Amino acid sequence: MVLQSLKNCLWLSCVLRTPKACFWSTASGGLIIQSVSNDVYQNLAVEDWIHDHMDLEKQQILFLWRNSPAVVIGRHQNPWQECNLRLLRQKNIKLARRRSGGGTVYHDLGNINLTFFTTRKKYERMGNLKLVVKALKALRPQLDVHVTDRYDILLNKQYKISGTAAKLGRTSAYHHCTLLCNADKFVLSSVLKSPYKGLKSNATASVPASVKNLFEEDATLTSEILLDAIAKEYAVQHQIDHHITLINPADETLLPGISNKTKELQTWEWVYGKTPKFSISTCLNIAYKGSVLDIKVNMDVKHGRIEACNIDLPEQWLPSGLHSELVRSLTGSKFCPNEITMLVTTLLKVCPQDNELHSRWSLLCENMIRLM
Amino acid sequence: MPCRSSPGRKGRPPPGYNHLSRGTTDTGVLVWQARSGLYYTYIGNGRAPRAALPSTAVQGSRTPRTATLGSSPVAPHRGRSRGPPVGVCGPRAPPGPRPPPLLVGCGGAAAAGWLCRGCVRGRSARGKMAAVTALRSSCRAAGRLVCIHRVRSCSSIRFIKSKYVCVFDKSALKFSHQQRLFRTSPVSYGQIVQFKLSDIGEGITEVTVKEWYVKEGDSVSQFDSICEVQSDKASVTITSRYDGVIRKLHYSIDDIAFVGKPLVDIEIDPSKGVSPEEDVVETPPMSHEEHTHQEIKGHKTLATPAVRRLAMENNIKLSEIVGTGKDNRILKEDILNYLAKQTGAILPPSPKAEIVPPARKAEAVPAAPKDKARRVPVPVSRPIAFSGKDRTEPVTGFQKAMVKTMSAALKIPHFGYSDEIDLTQLVQLREELKPLAEIRGVKLSFMPFFIKAASLGLLQYPILNASLDENCQNVTYKASHNIGVAMDTEQGLIVPNVKNVQVCSVFDIAVELNRLQSLGSAGQLGTSDLTGGTFTLSNIGTIGGTYAKPVILPPEVAIGALGKIQVLPRFNGRGEVFKAHIMNVSWSADHRIIDGATMARFSNLWKSYLESPASMLLDLK
Repeated sequence: MVLQSLKNCLWLSCVLRTPKACFWSTASGGLIIQSVSNDVYQNLAVEDWIHDHMDLEKQQILFLWRNSPAVVIGRHQNPWQECNLRLLRQKNIKLARRRSGGGTVYHDLGNINLTFFTTRKKYERMGNLKLVVKALKALRPQLDVHVTDRYDILLNKQYKISGTAAKLGRTSAYHHCTLLCNADKFVLSSVLKSPYKGLKSNATASVPASVKNLFEEDATLTSEILLDAIAKEYAVQHQIDHHITLINPADETLLPGISNKTKELQTWEWVYGKTPKFSISTCLNIAYKGSVLDIKVNMDVKHGRIEACNIDLPEQWLPSGLHSELVRSLTGSKFCPNEITMLVTTLLKVCPQDNELHSRWSLLCENMIRLM
Repeated sequence: MPCRSSPGRKGRPPPGYNHLSRGTTDTGVLVWQARSGLYYTYIGNGRAPRAALPSTAVQGSRTPRTATLGSSPVAPHRGRSRGPPVGVCGPRAPPGPRPPPLLVGCGGAAAAGWLCRGCVRGRSARGKMAAVTALRSSCRAAGRLVCIHRVRSCSSIRFIKSKYVCVFDKSALKFSHQQRLFRTSPVSYGQIVQFKLSDIGEGITEVTVKEWYVKEGDSVSQFDSICEVQSDKASVTITSRYDGVIRKLHYSIDDIAFVGKPLVDIEIDPSKGVSPEEDVVETPPMSHEEHTHQEIKGHKTLATPAVRRLAMENNIKLSEIVGTGKDNRILKEDILNYLAKQTGAILPPSPKAEIVPPARKAEAVPAAPKDKARRVPVPVSRPIAFSGKDRTEPVTGFQKAMVKTMSAALKIPHFGYSDEIDLTQLVQLREELKPLAEIRGVKLSFMPFFIKAASLGLLQYPILNASLDENCQNVTYKASHNIGVAMDTEQGLIVPNVKNVQVCSVFDIAVELNRLQSLGSAGQLGTSDLTGGTFTLSNIGTIGGTYAKPVILPPEVAIGALGKIQVLPRFNGRGEVFKAHIMNVSWSADHRIIDGATMARFSNLWKSYLESPASMLLDLK
């Protein structure tokens, strides 16, 4: 077993065109690899790495991976619009932005991800999804699954069990899709519901769909069984051995440069900063001393930073110097609760020590931060 | 290169090239293929150029010249002007003993002719290296894609009269009398080509432009990313086919772009530094994606012509270098690093716009396989120039907060007071209590002890827990001891505080510290955690250092910085040397309301609590 995987590692390194190991493997058609890591960033980095570095002329690749709880948004999406960021932070669920397009999905260990790597010319999503359906049907013939023209896979013609996204580069392309085996539907629906109001954006919006786990349809199905079935079908179609090579996404010698890719995917600039320009127009209802104040707030956010900000306060509710100082501080800052908290608490330190003022300020700022 | 011959396309092979056979690329471009595998494209309506290629025999001391496509006409041969010249480069009429040169490019100006662009360096006809790249026709009439080619050599330059001369006529005329060396010409008469959106596959005809990576005026190299488009859940990165300058973006963000229609206009700038020109070396079959491949021992190496020349000049085998670029492409940095290892010198990457001296003799020697020249590595004689650039960023976020706080702190007149504490007994005590705290699920460090001792001290010297108002009229003695703890996070310095230490036990403080630390590292501290502090301790010793000069955080009036705990020899009461755990503390206080004596007495009290922790028991409330 160990020897076999070692042999495949060597094979993989040759395939990866290192200058030293120059012989081309005789493998034809395809390669199936599976990640041993459940870190969404590491796995997305592997996808990027294969897309950028591997030559897919001689063989196509199927990459299988699963993640610990995470929400993955599409390349051009707005995380504030797509998910409940507060809940994500509370539950310690990671947020990642992938490089392919499409909508937002929730991943956990009950969801499997499949990535089909091909050259740009051989990019064909329908074929890949049909392969998945064929594998499912071979496993459980009574399953009613089919592919729609939106590249979804529906169970019983009603419930979505798989969503698709793709990325095309200059010479290579990949198509990845999810498959719901036994995910936590409760968490899924609660994190994918955005509580933020008043957002206006041209970002790609997700199309919500009702989902169901394959496990609910047939309780004997597990993620492992499904992974195996799909790998088997892929092996049959590409005429290769039914064999899965395990890779460790943290292995820098096998995948040189992978740690930089992983780091980049985790940076704020990538996850939040790549959000297309959007604006917020909302009204804060603050209860203060028995009355309710309506404070209109308008903000324009570009690259995840507040470009322009306007807060409509009642006259003299805050000293005007402080009001303008607040707006000035907000402009140019990241649209991020942590950073804004830092700024507003600092501003508080340098203004007169008046309890009334402090409480008003804290109230206003806390409500503002809730928008993020 | 996949090439099908397709009937039905008009055209004869160019004169002197009757040995070529006709074919088309996958994208339908007409090409002419030589037996060696070299491909040429001919743009226009397929007819041979009208003017017969005159045999302007240019021998020996021929002027090195470069021709650029279309707009930039070639300087005329000495004394052999042929009327309004347009970019010209052609073969000699009879394919003589010399290898057929030919580089065909197309320019807007001579849409129906052979054009070539390249730079010819060196003086001898034989040793000339012409790099020619063909450009897409910008002539809408032609409307055809043209591939980039490289040629071997250009033994002579000819002029061809073309119907479309008028477009660039005047400029051509003007230029032709200017200079010989095209490359040193100051103005770029670059050819503007329209880069069309290529086929995405799956029958997709339109996409949405989501992000531009370039803007008008930016320079791009071949294979740089230009923009990101999205179509139906697929995100596509469009990369540039050319080196040049972006002149026009045809779409804005969120516009619908159409496949086959122009996406950007790129001005190919021939006078630009090293890259677009060309020496090109070997010309193996070109893939229609314009790679420069080189089969070296069955191993393809990707490198731009400039990089190849650099390798060749320094007698480096490309196969020995590990490429760090995309697709294992060998970059200039890789060659320089390799050289540095060889010569032991540190060679920073030379600036891009480096002009290679024209008098250099370039040879048509392909890089690795036929590397027959000198094996001795020649030390690079370039002047070592530092090409780092300053970088300006706006001050935002945490830095902005720091700027505000520290600017306010500047108004406070600080004085410092430092001392040394013997923590031997405390170290022992903590070792005993650590497992107990762990059983309760709490990590116990030294900080809870320091904080509690400070609070006990503040009870005796409440002025240190006070606040001076803006006009320095009133001093407010704060009732709560909200002791702040400076924390270093990824983003910067934050100072959350532990509230009401005066009523907390050491264990309570430890619990609260744990909570603040985990929130702080996750970036989730709330406003209440960060406001209301009255006194601060900064444990810089965890990172290092002994004495420090901390800055007071307004509206507070005092702060202490704790150095690291060192094991040092000290004398005890009996005059014996023993091992002591020594820590230094540096206090800063607001001299407007606090005097040195108060600070010193507070410090002594604090020190006594820590040096004999049992004494804390007497005063604990």
